[in-house]
Amino acid sequence: MVVVIIVVACAALALAVIAGLGFYGGAIGPRRRRRGMPSGRPQPALAAPPSRPAPATAPTTAPAPTAAQAPPVAQAPTAGPGAGPASPVGTKGPEVGERPRLLDRLGKARSLLAAQLAGAVGRGRLDRQAWEELEEALILADVGTSTTAALLEALQERARRDGLSSSSQLLDALKEELAGRLAGDRELHLADEGVTVWLFVGVNGVGKTTTIGKVAMSQRAVGREVVLAAGDTFRAAAADQLEAWAERVGAGLVRGKQGGDPGAVVFDAVQHAAARGAPVVLADTAGRLHTKVNLMEELKKVKRVANRPPGSVQEVLLVIDATTGQNGLVQAKQFAQAVGVTGVVLTKLDGTAKGGIAVAIASELGIPIKLVGLGEGPADLVSFDEREFVEALVPAG
Amino acid sequence: MAGGMFEALSDRFEAIFTRLRGKGRLSQADVDEALREVRLALLQADVNLLVVRGIVARLREQLAGSELSQSLTPGQQVVKAVHEELVRALGGQALRVTYAPRPPTVVLLAGLQGAGKTTVAAKLGRWFKQQGRNPLLVGADLQRPAAVEQLRVLGGQVNLPVFSEPSDPVTVAKKGLAEAVRVGRDVLIVDTAGRLHIDEQMMAEVREISSTIEPHYTFLVLDAMTGQDAVATAEAFHKALELDAVVLTKVDGDARGGAALSVKEVVGRPIAFVSTGERAEDFELFHPDRMAGRILGMGDVLTLIDRAEQAMKKEEAERAVAKLAEGRFTLDDFLSQLQAVKKMGPLSGLVGMLPMVPKEVRNAQLDDSMFKPVEAIINSMTPAERAEPAIINGSRRARIAAGSGTSVQEVNDLLERFKQVQAYMRQVPALAGMARRASKPGKKAAPRRKKRR
Repeated sequence: MVVVIIVVACAALALAVIAGLGFYGGAIGPRRRRRGMPSGRPQPALAAPPSRPAPATAPTTAPAPTAAQAPPVAQAPTAGPGAGPASPVGTKGPEVGERPRLLDRLGKARSLLAAQLAGAVGRGRLDRQAWEELEEALILADVGTSTTAALLEALQERARRDGLSSSSQLLDALKEELAGRLAGDRELHLADEGVTVWLFVGVNGVGKTTTIGKVAMSQRAVGREVVLAAGDTFRAAAADQLEAWAERVGAGLVRGKQGGDPGAVVFDAVQHAAARGAPVVLADTAGRLHTKVNLMEELKKVKRVANRPPGSVQEVLLVIDATTGQNGLVQAKQFAQAVGVTGVVLTKLDGTAKGGIAVAIASELGIPIKLVGLGEGPADLVSFDEREFVEALVPAG
Repeated sequence: MAGGMFEALSDRFEAIFTRLRGKGRLSQADVDEALREVRLALLQADVNLLVVRGIVARLREQLAGSELSQSLTPGQQVVKAVHEELVRALGGQALRVTYAPRPPTVVLLAGLQGAGKTTVAAKLGRWFKQQGRNPLLVGADLQRPAAVEQLRVLGGQVNLPVFSEPSDPVTVAKKGLAEAVRVGRDVLIVDTAGRLHIDEQMMAEVREISSTIEPHYTFLVLDAMTGQDAVATAEAFHKALELDAVVLTKVDGDARGGAALSVKEVVGRPIAFVSTGERAEDFELFHPDRMAGRILGMGDVLTLIDRAEQAMKKEEAERAVAKLAEGRFTLDDFLSQLQAVKKMGPLSGLVGMLPMVPKEVRNAQLDDSMFKPVEAIINSMTPAERAEPAIINGSRRARIAAGSGTSVQEVNDLLERFKQVQAYMRQVPALAGMARRASKPGKKAAPRRKKRR
């Protein structure tokens, strides 16, 4: 079968070359493409400056540290003189510190999984159907087939060993298994000296920029100065979005040109933070699909640049949307391989998606979930707690 | 990548079916075993569990007791049946865009946060523009900071006007409609804020937008990476807004896109467009067969197999591949391949189905008129010349050019490029490896197949 296809492929390739379509040489070997700039095609009229800038800063590829060349720094106009670092800004200020409980927020998600398992719980007996219902509930929560299989195997082992006899015992055992797999380091680490950089990475549309805004808010709430680096120089108006957050929470912001070099922006943010005495830089990056080789290379470079003293990358946080299916595991693998992910931020968990993919990521790749997004409010990003998560996911036995 | 996955799935089936050889029919037990694999494959592709159940049930009915095909192995037969079922499920009535007799034709976009609505608004605008329309984009996402700014920039990139104002989403949509009428734009595309389908207040807002501007088309923008929850999302949006179609985004990644199937099954509305990249032009009409292949992880290989089998003798193909594996590829081989390929239908369509063709070739304007001069030149060569192009000297070139009605320059070009092709074929280890692998079982399989016939 495959034979025929190979022949067709070869013939098509050969014909393309011979007919002089001129892809030869271009198609072979990795092809580097600057985003938004299809090679050989006229650029559509852009609102942004048309010249594809080498880094806003210097003629060399290395970002130049001189202050004169630094991109404009927009210091957020924090509400006048009274707004010191200790008083987080924004109309929703009072919410800070009141940590929303996962259990409350996950009400809907919880009821759904509970509904899935209600039959098993109701019957009480640990029969074949109970196991099947458990399997289905896990699949429906996006835990995925292989992690589900591993969980079931572990539970069956327990059932043999400990003699589980009722479905409520099974659910308790499930909670333990899940919690064990989800345990891990939740800290967001700070460097002993220099400027700590937390890098936020992920595919498009998962909520990186919003997450940074919320992390900035919580850092400001504990009185820590932060500088936001608008490293998403690709998506139109991403820097504006981050700037709005900087203003809201009273953080510094460093931004470059639209389409500029994200490494340069992050580098300048570190310099700016060092000069200003801010201990932490939160670096945004453009959403990128993990399949795009050149963009993943770009990300590696951003991390390298961010690590130049005084900068020190302490966290690389992969932001994952809770609605993500099994592709999340592939994303996590690829990002981890490229830039060494230290933790996962699971966003949009306030919907009906149960974020089971994070369970798969934690248990198959050993990457801990560090933060959970529970809503649109600035204070709706909380640190992850596996007990709470599991209690919310699995109905009481 | 796609080729690899295809092999993985059919390999699994082969393992199940090895003991079936010689049997004339698929038994219930065989089918059950194969369907367990199908279920797993679909779940791994993020097709919703309940949807998977329905599909598996339909397949069970269809496959039980079906006769074994002469030309396909049992594994391939099952894959083919699954593929056909998925195409049926994904396809059906496609969306046909008609225009309102009293313009503007109003399109409302809705969806979860981060699905890609704003980008789709610009891409859809560009698409309508290509249809000869004059769209106006309306930025009614006043929730996400700078969302309107993003739409303005994207609108600028595709040369389309954008209307918005800092009031409230319903007012913006309403004024946008009035603006379109005032300046005579005939399509109105309204971008809205991302919202959770369980956020009652936000869902009420989008319902109010909808009842105010009375859209002709309401599209749900859905991320191809979405998991099991796609069903809940789609149902809720459908209930609130009565969707007309779905736009599937981020299809350029490697997500298998089972969510598309889930949504199609539960709301019964077609997938109209797919968004395949970050540039404005990366936007195309939806093809059920491509998506079915993708969900099964196998490109459009099966359609291709169908056509290839009709066009090319298996022995011939196997011989050609064996030669490729040894690094030999002559003008003769090329000519006979071209003749087979020609029988398989329009070239541009074929190339799109191939799993391993470089994108540059796929995007190139291939058309069948390219065959003619190439064939004519090769046909004007002697067998010796075809086998050993090095002997073609100046006088032979002149003869070939005269014989084929081309110029010496064209003959030179062809010979030069063919050399490049030969070099390329040798240079691609994957190709050679595949060829080697494929040629081995092929040789073994060939006599058995003959016997069956």
